[in-house]
Amino acid sequence: MISYLIKRIFILIPLFFGIILISFLVIHLAPGKPTGIQTDLNPKVSMEVRKRLEKLYGLDKPLIVQFKDWSFRLIRFDFGSSFIDDRPVWDKIKERMPITILINLLSLLLILIIGIPLGVKSALKQGSLFDKTSSSVVFLGFAMPTFWLALLLMGLLGVHLRILPISGIKSIDFEFLNTGSKIVDIARHLALPVFVSAFGGLAGISRYMHQGMLEVINSDYCTAAFARGLPKNQVIYNHALRNALIPIITILGLSIPGLIGGSVIFETIFAIPGMGRLFFEGVMARDYPMIMGLLVLGSIFTLLGNLLADIAYAWVDPRIRYSK
Amino acid sequence: MRIPTLNPSNYKNYQTIGSFFVFLIALSIIFSCLPFCLIDNLGYCQESENYGDTIIVGSIGDARTLIPILASDSASGDICGLIFNGLIKYDRNINIIPDLAESWQIKNNGLTILFKLKKGVFWQDGAPFNARDVEFTYKKLIDPDVKTPYSGDFEKIKSFNVIDDYTIEVTYKEPFSPGLASWGMSIMPRHALEKEDFNKTKISRSPIGTGPYKFKFWKSQEKIVLEVNKDYFEGRANIDRYIYRIIPDQSTLFLELEVEGVDYTGLTPLQHLRQTDSKFFKNTFNKFRLPSFGYAYLGFNLKNPLFQDLRVREALDFAIDKNEIIKGVHLGLARVCTGPFLPESWAYNESVLPRKFDPKHALELLKEAGWQDRDGDGVLDKNNQRFEFTIMTNQGNDQRKAAAEIIQKRLKDIGINVKIKIVEWSAFISEFIDKRKFEAVLLAWSLGRDPDNYDIWYSGKTKEGEFNFLSYSNPEVDSLLIDARRTFDQEKRRAYYNKIHELIFSDTPCVFLYVPDSLPIIHKRFKGLDPAPVGLGYNFIKWFVSLDEQKYKRIRILE
Repeated sequence: MISYLIKRIFILIPLFFGIILISFLVIHLAPGKPTGIQTDLNPKVSMEVRKRLEKLYGLDKPLIVQFKDWSFRLIRFDFGSSFIDDRPVWDKIKERMPITILINLLSLLLILIIGIPLGVKSALKQGSLFDKTSSSVVFLGFAMPTFWLALLLMGLLGVHLRILPISGIKSIDFEFLNTGSKIVDIARHLALPVFVSAFGGLAGISRYMHQGMLEVINSDYCTAAFARGLPKNQVIYNHALRNALIPIITILGLSIPGLIGGSVIFETIFAIPGMGRLFFEGVMARDYPMIMGLLVLGSIFTLLGNLLADIAYAWVDPRIRYSK
Repeated sequence: MRIPTLNPSNYKNYQTIGSFFVFLIALSIIFSCLPFCLIDNLGYCQESENYGDTIIVGSIGDARTLIPILASDSASGDICGLIFNGLIKYDRNINIIPDLAESWQIKNNGLTILFKLKKGVFWQDGAPFNARDVEFTYKKLIDPDVKTPYSGDFEKIKSFNVIDDYTIEVTYKEPFSPGLASWGMSIMPRHALEKEDFNKTKISRSPIGTGPYKFKFWKSQEKIVLEVNKDYFEGRANIDRYIYRIIPDQSTLFLELEVEGVDYTGLTPLQHLRQTDSKFFKNTFNKFRLPSFGYAYLGFNLKNPLFQDLRVREALDFAIDKNEIIKGVHLGLARVCTGPFLPESWAYNESVLPRKFDPKHALELLKEAGWQDRDGDGVLDKNNQRFEFTIMTNQGNDQRKAAAEIIQKRLKDIGINVKIKIVEWSAFISEFIDKRKFEAVLLAWSLGRDPDNYDIWYSGKTKEGEFNFLSYSNPEVDSLLIDARRTFDQEKRRAYYNKIHELIFSDTPCVFLYVPDSLPIIHKRFKGLDPAPVGLGYNFIKWFVSLDEQKYKRIRILE
C-alpha cells in the first residue's frame, strides 16, 4: 500500500506539469491580447501606447521565456499579478474562495442529506409510485437550466411573495446589523443559491445510490441474510447500505475540485462574487496570470481528489488491493 | 423657498419648547440656506434638512481600478468621476467650464494654455491642492512605465511649467485645440502617490480625491461604497451615500428594480417601453430618454476592390433602411446618424440629410457601376463575379447582430449575398480589425465630448492597431482635420467640422446607421434631476431626497 502510494504521488508530478504546460500554451496561443481590453477601439490610444503596454506586461518576450519566468515564480508559490488591476492573483483568489466553498459545501451537504435516503428508498421500492416520482423530480432538476429555475424562483419568492432577497450575499445595510441579524441576513441570501445548485446535483447522488443499493440488495449475501431470518432493517442499514455507499466515496473524492470551482451562469444570475466569475472574467480579459493561477489550483485539487478517492476506496473496501 | 417639512415628532417638540427658541432655529435654518439659494441658478432650492439617504446604482460590470489615469472602463470612470476632479468639466450643454481651474488663457496663437487654479481646495485627507498635483498627474501620464491609455493627448505637450502654487503654463509643440478638453483628466494627489509604485499601488483600491464623494470600501464584484465629502469645494452633495452594486445579469438587475433593491440603472429599449410600463414602475420610478455619445455604422474595407467604387457604397447606403433598423432593433429609441459627429455636438452639420431608403435607386447606381444580374440567379454579378461579402461583428451584442440580419435581408432583396460572422471581441480586434482581414464590419464608435476625430479619419492613421482601419483617405478631409485641431475659436472650428461632416458623408466610407438613446431609470424619491444634452449625472451633487421620503435611515455616516 505504502509503495503504491509513493508511486502514485510521483506520477502526479509529471502529470501536473503536463497539464500546466498544455494549458499555458493553449491560453497564450488563443487569439486576442490582454492589452486589447484596455485599449481596443479607444481612439485616444495610439499604437505606441499599446506596444508599450505589451512590454510592461512582458508579452513581447518569446513564449518559452514567458513560460520559464512564470514557472520559476510558481515554484516560489508566486502566482504573479493580475493584468486587470495588478493585484496579486493569490489575493484575488483568496477573496473569492470562501463564498464559493461555503455555497458548494452547503449544497453538497444538502445533496447528501436528501439524495442518499431518496436513492435508498426508491431502490427498496423499485418500480413504485415513490420511485417513479422521485426519479422524475431529480431528473427534472438535472435537466432544467439553472438560470431558468433561478429566475423563476427569484420572481416567485423575491418579487411576488417578497420573502427572500433576490441577489447578492448581503443586504445593503449589512454593516449596521448586529451579529445575529448578520447571520440571518446571509442565510436568507444563500437560501436560493444553495437550493438551486443542490437541486441540479441531486440526480447524480440519488441515482448512484439507487443503483448501488439495488446491486447490493440483490446480491447473494443479502439474500442469505434474509434467508437466515435477520431483521429486514438490520440487513438493509447495517450490511447493504455500507457496501452501497462505496461508490459514493469515489464521487465525493471527485467532487473535491468542484468545491473551489464555481459556475459562471449560476454566480452571474445571483450576483455572487465567486470563483466561476473570476475565471470567466480572466478568460474574457486574457488575464493570463489569473487564468493560470486558477488552472494550477484546479489541477492540484483534481489530482489530489483522485488520489484521495483511490485511497479511501481501498481503505473502506478490503476486497480492493492495489497490485503492481 | 420651501419651509423645512416637519414630521409629527418634531411638532411635539415645537409645542413644548418655547416659541422664541423655535424662532431662533427657523432663523438659523433660513440663513444657512441663503448662500445655496443665491448660487442656485437651476430654479430650485434645498434646505440642509434634505441631506441624507443612499442611492444604489446597479451596474453589470465592476470597476477595475480607481486610479483615474489607469481606468479605461465605464464603471471605473463612473466612480472616479465622483471622487476626483479635472481642471475643466462640461456643463449641461456640453460647454467647457472651470472645475479645479479658476480660469484659463490661450496665448501664443494657441500654443500655450495658462491655467489659474482654484485656491482653498483640499484633498479628502486634508492636504491642500495645488499646482504640484497637476504637474505630478501630467508626469505620470507621460511616464512610459505607467500603464495609462491616455498618454496620447499629453505627449503633444512641449513644456509644462509650474509658475506658482496656483498657476500653470502648458506649451504644446503645435497649436492643439483638443488639448484644453484633455485637461478634464482627473488630477491625482501628489502627496499620497509620490512614493508608490504606480502600477501596483494599494491606492488603486482606496483613492483620495478632491471630489464630492469619498471612497469608503470596495468588495470586488459585489459593491463599491462612497460617502459624501462634507468639505467639497462646490458645496456638500445632498445624498449621503453612493453604493455601486454589481449585478452582472440583466434579468436579475431588472428583478432588483422590481423590489426597489436598485435605485438607478440603465434599461434596454425593450425594458424601457414594455417591461416598465406597469403601474408600479410609473408610480415608483422616473424613466429618461437621453442621447448617448456613440453611433453604429456599417464600415467597408476600402482596400477591397468590391467597395472602391463610390457608386457601390452609395447604393448600399440607399438600400439599407436605417429607420427599419431603429424600429426593429431599438424599438424606435435611437436616431438616424448622418456622419461622424453626434446631433448634440456643436460640430454637427444639420444640413447633411440621410439618404432616403430607395432600393430602386440603389439598383440603378449598381447598374451604372457594372453590377447586374446577367445569369438570372437572383444575385448581381460583374465579370463573372457574384456580389457577395461578409459582415463581421463582435459577439455579445445582440443588437448589432439583429441589425446585421436586417441589413442582410435588405441587401438580399436587391441581389447582394451577405454572410454574417460573429467573433469574440478580443480575437475580433487582434485577428480581423488590426490585420484588415474583413470586408465589412458592423461596429460603433463611442466618442468623447470634444469633436476631434483625427485618429479615425486621417489618412495616415491606417497602420496596424490604428483607428482608420477602413483605410479612408481624402486629402481635403486630412487638411481640414489638421486645421480644426490647430484652431481654438469654436466658430471657426465648427466651420471646419461642418465641412468634414459633409465630405465624409458624401464619400460614404461607411453607412452611418444610428445613434442609440441612453435609457436611465431612477427612483422617484430622488429630486432635482435635470435631463440635459450632456446627460443626467452632471448635477448629481444637487440631487436630493426630502426627509420624509428617505429610505435608508439605518445607514448613517460613520465619523
